[in-house]
Amino acid sequence: MSDHEFTPKSKFGKWFNDRLPLLTLRNHLTEYPTPKNLNYWWTFGAILTFCLIAQIITGVILAMHYVANSGLAFESVEHIMRDVNYGWLIRYFHANGSSMFFLAVYIHIFRSLYYGSHKSPRELIWVIGMIIYFLMMMTAFMGYVLPWGQMSFWAATVITNLFSAVPFIGDSITNWLWGGFAVGSPTLTRFYALHYLFPFLILGLVILHIWALHIPGNNNPIGIDLKHSSKDKVPFHPYIVIKDLYALLIFLIIFAFFVFYSPNLLGHPDNYIEANPMVTPNHIVPEWYLLPFYAILRSIPDKLFGVIAMFGSIFVLVILPWLDTSKVRSAIFRPLYKQFYWFLVADVLILGYVGAMPAEGLYLLVARIATAYYFLHFLVILPVLGAKEKTLDVPLSLTEPILGGSPNESVIKKREEI
Amino acid sequence: MAEDKKTNRRDFIFTASYALGAVGVGAVAWPLIDQMNPDASVKALASTEVDISGVERGQSITVLWRGKPVFIRRRTDDEIAKAKEVDLKELKHPEKDEDRAKNPEWLVMLGVCTHLGCVPLGDKGEYGGWFCPCHGSHYDTSGRIRKGPAPTNLEVPKYEFVNSNTIKIG
Amino acid sequence: MKNIFKSILFFTIFLIYGFNSIAAEQSHKLLEPSWSFKGFFGKFDRAQLQRGYQVYTEVCSACHSIKYLSYRNLSQPGGPEFSDQQAKIIASQFEVIDGPNSEGEMFTRPARLSDKFVGPYANEQAATAANGGAYPPDMSVLVKARQGGANYIYSVLMGYEDPPSEINLDDGVYYNKYMPGNKIKMAKPLSAGVVEYTDGTNASEEQMAKDAVAFLAWAAEPHLEARHKIGFKAIIYLFIITVLVYFSMKKLWSRIESKV
Repeated sequence: MSDHEFTPKSKFGKWFNDRLPLLTLRNHLTEYPTPKNLNYWWTFGAILTFCLIAQIITGVILAMHYVANSGLAFESVEHIMRDVNYGWLIRYFHANGSSMFFLAVYIHIFRSLYYGSHKSPRELIWVIGMIIYFLMMMTAFMGYVLPWGQMSFWAATVITNLFSAVPFIGDSITNWLWGGFAVGSPTLTRFYALHYLFPFLILGLVILHIWALHIPGNNNPIGIDLKHSSKDKVPFHPYIVIKDLYALLIFLIIFAFFVFYSPNLLGHPDNYIEANPMVTPNHIVPEWYLLPFYAILRSIPDKLFGVIAMFGSIFVLVILPWLDTSKVRSAIFRPLYKQFYWFLVADVLILGYVGAMPAEGLYLLVARIATAYYFLHFLVILPVLGAKEKTLDVPLSLTEPILGGSPNESVIKKREEI
Repeated sequence: MAEDKKTNRRDFIFTASYALGAVGVGAVAWPLIDQMNPDASVKALASTEVDISGVERGQSITVLWRGKPVFIRRRTDDEIAKAKEVDLKELKHPEKDEDRAKNPEWLVMLGVCTHLGCVPLGDKGEYGGWFCPCHGSHYDTSGRIRKGPAPTNLEVPKYEFVNSNTIKIG
Repeated sequence: MKNIFKSILFFTIFLIYGFNSIAAEQSHKLLEPSWSFKGFFGKFDRAQLQRGYQVYTEVCSACHSIKYLSYRNLSQPGGPEFSDQQAKIIASQFEVIDGPNSEGEMFTRPARLSDKFVGPYANEQAATAANGGAYPPDMSVLVKARQGGANYIYSVLMGYEDPPSEINLDDGVYYNKYMPGNKIKMAKPLSAGVVEYTDGTNASEEQMAKDAVAFLAWAAEPHLEARHKIGFKAIIYLFIITVLVYFSMKKLWSRIESKV
């Protein structure tokens, strides 16, 4: 990389850059060599960055009008929707933005799983990513409490009650979380403070995430190593910038359909009922993006083990780089892994579906099987595949298949898929 | 292959994209800025109607309008005469009394000292009007600054008599 | 092209997922009248909203508050669009508690445009006690607070029937086909002619139910028309700029794709 050879053109630029190398940074980001065979699944990093910035901007604006007190919160949200100029737009953008943020993060994660972006030398990028994901879930959970509807209140009650499962000190922990003996105004105000804080922690971690990425450079669909100086790479600006912009615009069209035409489709009607500690809703459900974890939690009959299973399901993701032992990165060259990958996708969708259903009868049985399979995939199938799978031959360069020197017909077929 | 990037750079498609993009950025920025403007519930309180039927001559009431105090004083003939007698050349901020009180009996003005915003006290001061205790500004029976650091007279808001018993301010 | 199909596929799955995520248990399929405000180009019918306001005031407001509406909303664009004068007169018919005055006492005065709608009861507890232990819910966002929205509320209004023989009802409990659990503590509120419309429309049960629900739909979403209008412009804009950016991208990449 030629970061150290960059000199700013203007005198002021040189003076400034000597003291704070922002222009060097800008130059690096502009020229950053990116594989030219990246497909559209690689655009979700940029889409996620947009989502984070958009949520922060709309969130700070909402914070100018929202009141975090249990007697006034619901009313302040209605005030935003009715009286604040464009308040309805900013609120619907922020609420649906949360869903779009998670849609993008799931696509981003599943892209990693398919193409092996979590493997060496990118393990830390993955781990930082998992921390970001966990913080996102906490932020979303706390954000959902703020409107103080029935779902806000009861989701807060159910999830904070989980901590009472901890032996001996469980009740002390929940009272500490609540700031009282049940979810109430103190809980709301502290959730508000933390909901405002966490996105900035996420922002810092995103910077580390990108920095860690820029050391080895991006992975690519065929999963081979490419040198930074490779002819198979293009400068980030303008080639990747414009591709990311195009993908972002498509994403925004979908986003716009939700915000302007079905703003409450992904929400729950019960959250338009003011929180009532005396009346429990018939079916307490979290937002759709937390449903798979909810299903796992409810599939274990024991409270403590349910909590352990739920956190465990996130933990196995964190240690994935050490569970997936295959030397081959991309699923394109791993026919067996590819099958199991799609089984995992189906499994997670099934978990999400049963998470929205009552935890009884056939739904509960399916949830249990799906939970067991989820852990089986990460703890058993992946290590076994790593050791036993017969992978296809991986090409040595991007252009090799094109120049006809490919030793393997299946590689040419795979190239069509790229 | 043509590598004459310099001519390609000004291609129409790029210019059109940039132009349309700028429009989009502006359209997105506006709601984010406008949301800080007074909202509908605040604008609904932009004018206040005040019942003045109970105010006797020589009496003042103070009402809240747009979050600030407004003095409404029903002046005595004495106070009106004193206000009209004043030579404009003596005033730091020359204003005729009839311009400040169209109906001379009724004086309506913001109870906010034009120096640094304290609320002046009525029936005090050396000019028979108001006195601001913060830094010693004296206002006369027409609310005009006569002595002290305040630069201008007490502000007269837009108001009108809806009927003989009601004033609408704002 | 493949990528576009893939994204449409994901989007569709996502949407269906979103629909089914909410466990909808309806004992019967809801009535589905046509609503002028549904669909991409949906708008409210001013006359309908004014009639709906009349039904709300003369029937529902005896028990149901609508506390997040302000009287000034009645003359705002996008709603019933009464004139400012009419809205002021409507407001002045209601008494609002204000104060404390300079004596320290609370007092009543006629409502102004800036006031919120006056409710029938002082607080939730009074409302509950006066209605046999069942709180008549506030109607400000009721349409958004029920699965099925406007269709659900309309169905409940039209869904009063004689109970099947096996079911015994206590005093003050009524049978309703569309209420989850089939029991409701509100007596049938609408019967033909209970309201005499000022615009002369025939006040059949269906008409009053439709008008009242349309009014409630507006009360829950007063900016629906602005939302649809801005949405249309936003999406057209996005389509156009996406096409422009797509061709810009192709042009840019063509410079390097040629040198493999």
